[in-house]
Amino acid sequence: MSDAITHEAHHHGPPTGAKRWLYSTNHKDIGTMYLIFALIMLFIGGAMAMVIRAELWMPGLQLVQPDFFNNLVTNHALIMVFAVVMPAGVGLANWMIPLMIGAPDMAMPRMNNMSFWLLPPAACMLILSMIVPFFGGGQTVNTGWTLYPPLSIQSGMGMDLLIFTIHILGVSSIMGSINIITTIINMRAPGMTMMKLPMFVWSWFYTALLLIVVMPIFAGGVTMLLFDRHFGTSFFDAAGGGDPVLFQHIFWFFGHPEVYVLLLPSIGVLGMVIPTFARKPLFGYKSLVYGMAALYGLGLIVWAHHQYTIGMSIETTTYFMIGTILISIPVGLMIFNFIFTLWRGSITFETPMLFALGIIVMFSFAGTTGVMLAVVPADLQYHDTYFVVAHFHYALIPGSLFGLYAAVFFWLPKWTGHMYNERLGKIFFWWTTIGFNLTFFPQHFSGLAGMPRRIVDYNMIFTEFNVMSSVGAFIFGLSHLLFLYIIIKTIKGGEKATDEVWEGSSIGCAGLEWTVPSPPPFHTFETAPQVK
Amino acid sequence: MTSNEDSYYLPDLSKWPIIAATAIFVTLLGVVFWVNGGSLWLTGVGLIGMAYMFYGWFSVVIEESRSGKYTPKVDRTFRMGMFWFITSEVFFFFCFFGCLFYLRTISLGWLGGEGAMGRSNMLWDDFTAAWPLISLPNGGAGLYTEAKEAMGPMGLPLANTLILLTSGVTLTWSHHGIKSGHRAQQVWGLGLTVMLGVIFLFCQAYEYYHAYVAMGLTLNSGIYGATFYMLTGFHGFHVAMGTLMLFVVFVRLLKGHFTAENHFAFEGVAWYWHFVDVVWLGLYLFVYWL
Ligand code: HEM
Ligand SMILES: [Cu+2]
Repeated sequence: MSDAITHEAHHHGPPTGAKRWLYSTNHKDIGTMYLIFALIMLFIGGAMAMVIRAELWMPGLQLVQPDFFNNLVTNHALIMVFAVVMPAGVGLANWMIPLMIGAPDMAMPRMNNMSFWLLPPAACMLILSMIVPFFGGGQTVNTGWTLYPPLSIQSGMGMDLLIFTIHILGVSSIMGSINIITTIINMRAPGMTMMKLPMFVWSWFYTALLLIVVMPIFAGGVTMLLFDRHFGTSFFDAAGGGDPVLFQHIFWFFGHPEVYVLLLPSIGVLGMVIPTFARKPLFGYKSLVYGMAALYGLGLIVWAHHQYTIGMSIETTTYFMIGTILISIPVGLMIFNFIFTLWRGSITFETPMLFALGIIVMFSFAGTTGVMLAVVPADLQYHDTYFVVAHFHYALIPGSLFGLYAAVFFWLPKWTGHMYNERLGKIFFWWTTIGFNLTFFPQHFSGLAGMPRRIVDYNMIFTEFNVMSSVGAFIFGLSHLLFLYIIIKTIKGGEKATDEVWEGSSIGCAGLEWTVPSPPPFHTFETAPQVK
Repeated sequence: MTSNEDSYYLPDLSKWPIIAATAIFVTLLGVVFWVNGGSLWLTGVGLIGMAYMFYGWFSVVIEESRSGKYTPKVDRTFRMGMFWFITSEVFFFFCFFGCLFYLRTISLGWLGGEGAMGRSNMLWDDFTAAWPLISLPNGGAGLYTEAKEAMGPMGLPLANTLILLTSGVTLTWSHHGIKSGHRAQQVWGLGLTVMLGVIFLFCQAYEYYHAYVAMGLTLNSGIYGATFYMLTGFHGFHVAMGTLMLFVVFVRLLKGHFTAENHFAFEGVAWYWHFVDVVWLGLYLFVYWL
């Protein structure tokens, strides 16, 4: 294949000044912006969690008003889901997918930049939604991230801000997804067939497909909410013939697939990290590709397991129960694929690998509690207790967040050209893992004993568990200062990274991304590489 | 510059994306103020920004297209992009149709006391579930006012169906004209399509006016009015966008921008128009007719 790329201007270094970032059309710069944005929001969302845990340190009211507490719970979740995990995932996709498939850039570079620059305004709106109630903006948003009516219809202006936050984020992630799918289908280097795609690329392929399907549905749902609030419609009000439960169906039709949106990119990262440090090719590549397809299909038809208590018929709940339990088959398959990859590998324990192994162990907890929650008669007791909180934090923090951390440690040398400090990385892993488990493990017990979620106060009998959780949370929160320090230190300098970065990458996950220098030049693959 | 099959055009720095993001932000922030009793000026500013952005961004794209920068591979990108965009739109409408089915066939029955849940019509004892839902559970007291009658399928809605279907035909006719190089056929076909779009919009505006004033059917008249306006309203909005895009393409056609091989802008808009057409058929069937 011959010389392939035409640039408007034939300069080859990065442009200078603020325009480089504001007007960017470069996948690496945009990826970096996504990642930095996610990191900033991680600290904001994390600070909210710290306030929540400080409040729950003791029974009784300590720091915040009940409504504001619920507002913190709401915005903490929305920030973590929409402004941390999803943007970080897109940031990784931006950086790595073009490098992995041998493309010069994303398929639509300008739209790519627009997807990113929609995020800061959305974050502003999200934060504004917490502030306006203090300035006469009416009732705080105290619904939780699920925004159920009728409560969400009674909230003040903050809810409108949240609705439009969701619209903006929706537009951003739909555009991002269109870009990613198009890039994967259209921009592969010659010879890079679909079944040669690295696992991370496959995981994003499914994620993007999911987002294109479910984001518009959520957008429709919150639009109806807006109309019920301001234009006199009665979608969610039985007095006009509507049904508040309808909103729950819409929310979870989006919400359940959304948890896979959060999970899958990290599973893709594991598919790269584990083979590298086990120095063995990934076990069962095809089964993982098809397993993700199964997850995709099943994920779209099991949403009502979040609503067992709404009074559905026995037939309906049974259907959703069986569907949900079926999901553990592809999820289990992924875990087994990773375990078999480890089997008889020559394993070393660098930080990304520590995270990967930790994920396998801790995420399995979430899978187990998930199956418990899927069982209707059991869930009738667990629902809306801290058991659910424990379940989804075990799913989301190892399943999504630690996957992202693994990715950061795995690829940071590629991005910056410097190795991070391995000793600090390991300390961070143990510090954060201990903090995380101390925070959320006790919540299984307080939940089983009946402690309800999203309530500012609790019965005295739960005090010990909550003190443990709060101590754990502060340990967990503090560990992130070290994370920040490691990242900044690595950007500034450190041991030079080789092109391959990891000894095992040529064995475990050989790919185009390791053939370019670390850090890669501003433009890569201007001549499409040939993949054998 | 190589115009090789596999070469790809990468744009340089562009100010339009960030302008677009800002304009969207300002517009929506304005809407927040408006629905909370403020004025619409911020939305106005945002919309002006959007118009400026669309004009500027599309001018750049048209310019790039005319100077031959879009190789076949870039063309494929645009096609896929449009395809997935329309897919996401399909799911947006899927949401509203899903709600309509859920409300009509499931939850309305429960309100009327049907099903395994026992008498869920305890609140409103003499409520009978019927579709279209004219007499409301609370008898129209309080928040909602009952409509006098439901919208029938004959008359204007039928005319609108025929108008949209015809516009699909004229559009395809115009497309054939482009591919075979018949100038008059191109221009007439597309011109007629734009006109039919405008007529459709006028009919619908009149229909809304009639419904509000003569039939008392408003957003406020319970779930029937709510679903009616939500579905037809979002569809109408898409027709308006589609007509605008068709108009832009029409101007470009008059300027001679399209060749028999290279006219993706035309095709993309045509796909969109057909999609809007199909949505209407669903609407006609489930909202007006059944
Ligand atoms: C074997 C797989 C899984 C099963 C069977 C499962 C099952 C469930 C069930 C039944 C609930 C509802 C509990 C209730 O509210 O009463 C639930 C909640 C939840 N799950 Fe899972 N789950 C699984 C995996 C995951 C994964 C992989 C994630 C995310 C990465 C996740 C995230 C969540 C979240 C966020 C909630 C709570 C949402 C809320 O109420 O705010 N789950 N899960
Ligand atoms: Cu779920």
